[in-house]
Amino acid sequence: MSAQSDAAAPQPALPGRWQPAVTQDPMLRKHGAQGYGSLGQPVSRIDGPLKVQGKARFAAEFPYEGLCYAALAFSTIARGRITALDTAAAEAAPGVVLVMTHRNAPRMKAPSLMMSSPTAAGASDLPVMQNDEIHWNGQPIAVVLAETQEQADHAASLVTADYAPLPAVTSFDEARKTPRQLDNLLGQPPVVEIGDAEAALKGAAVQVDQIYRTPRHNHNAIELHAATVAWTGEELRVHDASQLLDLTAGQLADIFGLEADKVRVSSPYVGGGFGGKCLWDHQILACAAAKLAGRPVRIMLSREGVFRVVGGRTLTEQRVALGASADGRLDALIHTGIVAMTSHNSCPEQFTFPARHLYAAKTIRLAQEVADMDMLANTFMRAPGESVGTFALECAIDELAEKLGLDPIELRRRIEPDKDPTSGKPFSARHLIDAYDKGAERFGWNHRSPTPRQRRGGEWLIGMGCATATYPYHRFPGGAARIRLTAGGQVTVSTAVHDMGMGTATAQAQHIAARLGVPLTQVTFEYGDTSLPRGVIAGGSTQTASIGGAVIAATEVFVEELLKLAGNDSPLAGLSLAEVETRDGGIGHCDDAARFESYESILRRSGRDELVCEAEAPPPAEMEAFSMHSYGAQFCEVRVSEVTGEVRVSRFLGSFDAGRILNAKTATSQFKGGIIMGIGLALTEETNFDPRTGRIVNASLAEYHVPVQMDVPAIEILYTDIPDPQAPMGARGIGEIGITGVGAAVANAVYNATGKRIRDLPITLDKLM
Amino acid sequence: MNPFTYERASDAPAAIGLAKGNAVARYLGGGTNLVDLMRETVERPEMLVDVTGLPDGIEPRADGGLLIGAAATNTALAADSHVRTHYPLLARAILAGASAQIRNMATVGGNILQRTRCRYFYDTAAACNKRQPGTGCDARDGFNRYHAILGASPACIATHPSDMCVALAALDATVHLDGPDGPRSIALADLHRLPGDRPDIETELKPGELITAVEIPPLPFARRSTYRKVRDRASYAFALVSVAAALDLDNDGTVRDLRLALGGVAHKPWRASAAEAALKGRPATPESFRAAAEAELAAATGLRDNAFKIELAKRTIVAVLGNLTGDDA
Ligand SMILES: Cc1cc2nc3c(=O)[nH]c(=O)nc-3n(C[C@H](O)[C@H](O)[C@H](O)COP(=O)(O)OP(=O)(O)OC[C@H]3O[C@@H](n4cnc5c(N)ncnc54)[C@H](O)[C@@H]3O)c2cc1C
Ligand code: SF4
Repeated sequence: MSAQSDAAAPQPALPGRWQPAVTQDPMLRKHGAQGYGSLGQPVSRIDGPLKVQGKARFAAEFPYEGLCYAALAFSTIARGRITALDTAAAEAAPGVVLVMTHRNAPRMKAPSLMMSSPTAAGASDLPVMQNDEIHWNGQPIAVVLAETQEQADHAASLVTADYAPLPAVTSFDEARKTPRQLDNLLGQPPVVEIGDAEAALKGAAVQVDQIYRTPRHNHNAIELHAATVAWTGEELRVHDASQLLDLTAGQLADIFGLEADKVRVSSPYVGGGFGGKCLWDHQILACAAAKLAGRPVRIMLSREGVFRVVGGRTLTEQRVALGASADGRLDALIHTGIVAMTSHNSCPEQFTFPARHLYAAKTIRLAQEVADMDMLANTFMRAPGESVGTFALECAIDELAEKLGLDPIELRRRIEPDKDPTSGKPFSARHLIDAYDKGAERFGWNHRSPTPRQRRGGEWLIGMGCATATYPYHRFPGGAARIRLTAGGQVTVSTAVHDMGMGTATAQAQHIAARLGVPLTQVTFEYGDTSLPRGVIAGGSTQTASIGGAVIAATEVFVEELLKLAGNDSPLAGLSLAEVETRDGGIGHCDDAARFESYESILRRSGRDELVCEAEAPPPAEMEAFSMHSYGAQFCEVRVSEVTGEVRVSRFLGSFDAGRILNAKTATSQFKGGIIMGIGLALTEETNFDPRTGRIVNASLAEYHVPVQMDVPAIEILYTDIPDPQAPMGARGIGEIGITGVGAAVANAVYNATGKRIRDLPITLDKLM
Repeated sequence: MNPFTYERASDAPAAIGLAKGNAVARYLGGGTNLVDLMRETVERPEMLVDVTGLPDGIEPRADGGLLIGAAATNTALAADSHVRTHYPLLARAILAGASAQIRNMATVGGNILQRTRCRYFYDTAAACNKRQPGTGCDARDGFNRYHAILGASPACIATHPSDMCVALAALDATVHLDGPDGPRSIALADLHRLPGDRPDIETELKPGELITAVEIPPLPFARRSTYRKVRDRASYAFALVSVAAALDLDNDGTVRDLRLALGGVAHKPWRASAAEAALKGRPATPESFRAAAEAELAAATGLRDNAFKIELAKRTIVAVLGNLTGDDA
């Protein structure tokens, strides 16, 4: 895929050795934020034209000779054993190739839980269709392969099962009676104590102590989960809808007992990921069924199937207690609570993460535990932890501000920490108050009345609220990048990463053009295939920085190779990496404009058609040395009907501090998308999990309410665009922060409009009547 | 979805002839409800008789009323200039329903006969007396936010989901039928049944009967009418409560006549006759609106998730009538 036309001629950039936490990315060290051609410009998506023409091929669109189509039958109990499974009618149905159940499925190793090893990708560690056990309501019990999708769907509806049910924990109220302690929370301690926070709370002049609840959510990306899979002997080819390419390949190899390099997974286009497009049972079952049938298989889950097979965000119950002095300093910050999880996964919705880094407090207590239920493994969903954690924390801050008689922004100014409040590390960069000030001015925050119920238009009460957004910076180790330069001056950078619509390919092409000093039109960014150098996952808003680290490393090798090739007859003779920069399609001395040779000239003189360099990113030492986070200030105006309790968000503004912005257009879309998802979290989204059966009742887009066009007002986005000195390109990652803080901004605005604090999401009209 | 045969009828006799005596034949309108239910294997017809080729005209009658062919699309009906001028509540009700794409496909006949959105009805793993008589009702102690507060039975608490029908009920519309035993007509308000102990029998239609047209009588004061739908998101959601109303006021502000119907509250579009009776001849004030609403909902009962709808229905009635009383109505 090649880049589109350049916005401006590229400015010089400087490659030099990057030592994370010690030196800055040379791009920043030399030039600061300015002067990188199209970097930061609103370049339109490179893959846009392909997508609108229908030429971008998604996972369920790859043709294969002899392809058959899969459909799943699901269990209807939450826990027990299958005592009888009647597949005869399905097998006899027209077009059916085979029916696979636990009786005839190939033997497979169980997946390993993601993060339990560098190659593990399992969302749960239950074996997949290897025995008669049922662990959740909706678990696949049979796979039907047929000549057409319709035949497969029909035959799957003919599969019947009898069960011997076992007692199942499908009620959260029941499960929470026996909470389980975690030994770690995504690698962090589950309990953090600084001083005696409960005692400090009791002694505080002003106190807030409340319980906040957030419900289950389900993934509803527009592209349904799908895979097209084909075996050639012991080699497995998988076209997946994935944000986890290399891990998926490694995990599938492990499950099927294959050499790692015998599994190739590709995923050039993904119609939305949000944490849901990882490895679930359907890809494993498709591979197993394809093996059994000796034919390629396509599986595309139905919308109901996504609810049955792909986990979602779990529910949380959180206590936030704040003790403050009369002048608005925090004596105590307590954030504790419990989430529903299972014994076969590890995804504890780390809602206490924001409170670890946001505010200065004399004493702190953070703790979370889990309640095990018999249900589908819950999973990551855009800003797992932070999205719901900021709801509770930021509502409580608003409640405290009111009790103190302070403007909520002023309160945040007073509790702004000068170093990370729990780790004690310095912040790499933090401009939260800046973001608040800019956002407040633009939004007209000074028009907000501190007293609720002061503004109305007819039956509609109008209110404003704000809340802090935050999301950590992460850079995953292990990613590599390859740079290929051809004699014609074309640059191709390759790494097995993902573009699920975020704009990765576009922003990275801009980055590479800037870093190598070539026009955007000469850059191709290759991604989405495990045959490329190992990439990182697209998760945790880490991909941009992780790719950056790998490209920096590859660039160092590239420049050193070119200096070697240039040899003694070049104006570059004798120069080292530290003395040169890339510019104008070649390499030049940093301080001497005359000493320059173009890439093309170096290749030509050395008789090379191309130069290929590959390197792995240096370990993320910056994360150890610094507290690195993105921040934002979310502003919301709502209208609430006094008659019906209906809530309409009438204005929204997000003001972010996320480091340097690489592409104004795709970044703005990411922020807006997060905010829209946050409006859903605040007002409409809720999975109806029936506690009697453990079954999801509203497994459909008609009844699971994501926001529709009319729920979404004009959204304005601001950003500081201040590079983070410790991050590659100065960019901290922007995929998830948009959703954080939105729930609280909306709830705080609802309070300002109505005088009612709604502490359990979603804020449906019955709660306001 | 189960296999089925597909036939296209050119006129009503042909449609009736194709379906006659075939217990597993169904008429097919836009398919936006029936095909969904077939996908879920809730409906398992063996034959579909496509009736979208039947008359779809929207014709004003000499008396000022309107005759609507059953195959008219929801979009066409909502856009019709006679409807927009003379029956604005009907246009608004239709536009409050579903999405533009669905309304483009959906027919008037199909909209009237669309089935409940109770999720337990859709999920063949659940107990549902409507889908499988005698199995029980999982909604009663389950998720029942969208369920009935009026006219429900121990066997079933489902609601009829149509918006259009609420307006038609308020307008005293008549449904014209044709079938193996010949043509007949029935008031829309009498077409749908309350669930009683047979929630599987939803209407008074006899086997093989076809809706051919809907007729709306003239109602001059319906120019002052509206439809308000209260729901869980701003669009593309079924009603929690909806109110269709037309108001005729004397010069002195007394209610001379009115039409009032509720949606989202019962197994059928709910004509609010008690409220109408309570309000006729009374002053058009918030107090008398409230009293009328109280009268209509006196018999309402709430369950775990839907009890709030009783108060919501009352408030929405008062607000809608209040709006119609104002000069901007
Ligand atoms: C996601 C979604 C959201 C929706 N939201 C709303 C909403 O907010 N409000 C609302 O009111 N509706 C809503 N609907 C429902 C929609 O209005 C109905 O699906 C539509 O009106 C049905 O019309 P149809 O022509 O497609 O009927 P079909 O699906 O073709 O048929 C429905 C039934 O009517 C029968 N039938 C059709 N025509 C005739 C005839 N002439 N004579 C006898 N029987 C006939 C069929 O046999 C079938 O039983 C929604 C639907 C969907 C899928
Ligand atoms: S309410 Fe009616 S439709 Fe719903 S489960 Fe009960 S019987 Fe079935």
